[in-house]
Amino acid sequence: MRLKDLATGLAALAIAAPIAATAASAYELTIPSLVYRTGPYAPSGIPFANGYADYFTLLNERDGGINGAKINVVECETAYNTQQGVECYENTKNQGESGALVYQPLSTGISYQLIPKAEVDQIPIFTMGYGRTSAADGTIFPWIFNPPGTYWDLASGMVNYAAAIEGGHANLSGKTLALVYHNSAYGKEPIRTLEALAEKHGFKLELLPVDHPGQEQKATWLQIRRLRPDWVFMWGWGVMNQVAVKEAASIRFPMDRFIGNWWSGSEQDVLPTGGEANGYLSGTFHAPGPDFPLHQEILDKVYGAGKGAGEKERVGEVLYNRGLIAAVWTVEAIRKAMEIKGSNEIKASDVRDGFDQLKVDEARLAELGLPNFTYPVELSCASHSNPGTVLIQQWDAGAKKWNVIASGIQPDREVIDPLIAEDAAAYAKEANITPRECNN
Amino acid sequence: MLFFIETVLSGLMAGVMYSLVALGFVLIFKASGIFNFAQGVFCLFAALTFVGIMEKTGVPWPVSFVLTVGVMIALAWAIERFLLSHLVNQEPIILFMATIGLAYFLEGFGDLLWGSDVKPLDIGLPSGASDWMLDTFDIYVEKLEVVAAVVAAALVTGLAIFFQKTRIGRALRAVADDHQAALSVGISLRTIWVIVWSVAGIVALVAGIMWGAKSGVQFSLSLIALKALPVLILGGFTSIPGAIVGGLIIGVGEKVAEIYLGPFVGGAIENWFAYMLALAFLLVRPQGLFGERIIERV
Repeated sequence: MRLKDLATGLAALAIAAPIAATAASAYELTIPSLVYRTGPYAPSGIPFANGYADYFTLLNERDGGINGAKINVVECETAYNTQQGVECYENTKNQGESGALVYQPLSTGISYQLIPKAEVDQIPIFTMGYGRTSAADGTIFPWIFNPPGTYWDLASGMVNYAAAIEGGHANLSGKTLALVYHNSAYGKEPIRTLEALAEKHGFKLELLPVDHPGQEQKATWLQIRRLRPDWVFMWGWGVMNQVAVKEAASIRFPMDRFIGNWWSGSEQDVLPTGGEANGYLSGTFHAPGPDFPLHQEILDKVYGAGKGAGEKERVGEVLYNRGLIAAVWTVEAIRKAMEIKGSNEIKASDVRDGFDQLKVDEARLAELGLPNFTYPVELSCASHSNPGTVLIQQWDAGAKKWNVIASGIQPDREVIDPLIAEDAAAYAKEANITPRECNN
Repeated sequence: MLFFIETVLSGLMAGVMYSLVALGFVLIFKASGIFNFAQGVFCLFAALTFVGIMEKTGVPWPVSFVLTVGVMIALAWAIERFLLSHLVNQEPIILFMATIGLAYFLEGFGDLLWGSDVKPLDIGLPSGASDWMLDTFDIYVEKLEVVAAVVAAALVTGLAIFFQKTRIGRALRAVADDHQAALSVGISLRTIWVIVWSVAGIVALVAGIMWGAKSGVQFSLSLIALKALPVLILGGFTSIPGAIVGGLIIGVGEKVAEIYLGPFVGGAIENWFAYMLALAFLLVRPQGLFGERIIERV
């Protein structure tokens, strides 16, 4: 009898075990990753995509995913082409049981195209530090999130840094600031804020567009030689950055008066220029380098297992870290969504709720292995972007590394917030959107 | 006035860089009537190979240069053997389509072989402004572009001698004039095609190095072909001097337009202005400034 019971028990176990195992891992979280590993913008796209992928791999390897649900990262190549990006979105949005949970388009052009689609498909779009600035208004853009700062925060932060160096905002009056920008939706994004700030502080703003891809910029830099601006800001991407830094050095423009935005300040942008880029500045919102516990864990558990997305030596590059923090915030939003729903079987609309209540403070960053890596982020139904704080980093060509030289630079909310409200309201009117009610 | 001189000088120098790319197009079109859409990717592939060999093996650049020349010759042979030989006597549009396919293949193959990252190209080419010009006349002239001008002059001289004075050069011209007649006097079309694609590959290597020294070797190099197109339209598809003069006119035209006209229309006009300039020439001289006038007798 006992033997029979044992046999029955074993048989039951044999049947139940796979079900139990399946229950722990059956529900898969689909996270599409719109990457550009090919084409002219690949040098910038690859490290970001690697950092983004490595964090999900680490969670799958170390924790079996997020709260027991494995993550399936579906890469789709956009080549930084808006049309291809939209095709990627359409092809991946219904993949897997969960469907696409969240998108990170890494392109302002693609982001603009996805804004109305996200509303219809009810999938959150996380445009981390790029995309449409006014999407920070969660009442009008309930599906778009752009923490930890917008291009307008960044532009204002860069102006505030320049003011600090000049000895105060009053000293900006009469100065000339040239904006060298990628002639695209992305590059044009900061113009509105800079115009408002120019009016407020009395500096002259010169706009110098550079056509895609920016391989040839002689005319732009000749104009800078003629205009002799006190500061040059750059909104560049890909080859445009490298050529601009080289041209600036050629005309002997002082590198410590030349600030790139946070997409114009990676190793790829300065290394091809050699020593000439020494002293070049860029905005950022996180620390450079691989000296954080999370990096070590990725090196041990992901690269150690031969599952790294890129080369081990490049873990910790600026754009790698950018992809990494994008994945970290995404996962924290997913965790929050699971907590709200009380289940790991979440859908994209749950992830939106997770983003709406996303809170990653310094204690949580330290827990995640990123102490003092970036600023705390706390979103709400109405506020989809904060804190907007800007760091300035400087390239040391000798040591071949970026060093943060200024931190805690706050944007001018007095100027930016009304602009955001105005732009968001204009979009709501154009798209016939009724702002949602938010209690916070 | 000084600034205008500086603009014109910069335009001339930029024009030389465009001419370097345009030369490769001209060589192939002149000898085979094929518009090689892949010429821009040739520049990229050659430069990638050049830097890639140096990176992987640590050999000095002259060795890498010679090895890359070998690779470009092998590539020319492969193109003739596996592509062109199957398309002899096909319509020019078919051959053009084949070069589009070739461009995408080579871009992907280069990516596979050498990766997509920016590769710094440091072979001791001068960079930055000429101190003498800047300090003495306050005129900005980039040293790299002066070197490019010298290299272009040397290339054109070498090519002119090759085409005019050598037996192979004369055979090339014979093939360019009339395939059938050249075949009837015993000139091997296949050999000539290998030679001309090899020479175009070497010119692409030189252009790729010059452009790569400006921005690092990266995939956007393949887009420099777009800069060569208006040069070709203006200078003519069959003329080597045309490629040079066309480059200079386009270079100066686009810089002057960008700086003096751009501010009134929002800027970033140099790309389309170059094409507009080329189109204007096309209306007056469809064969380009130095191109051969084709008269079809019915």
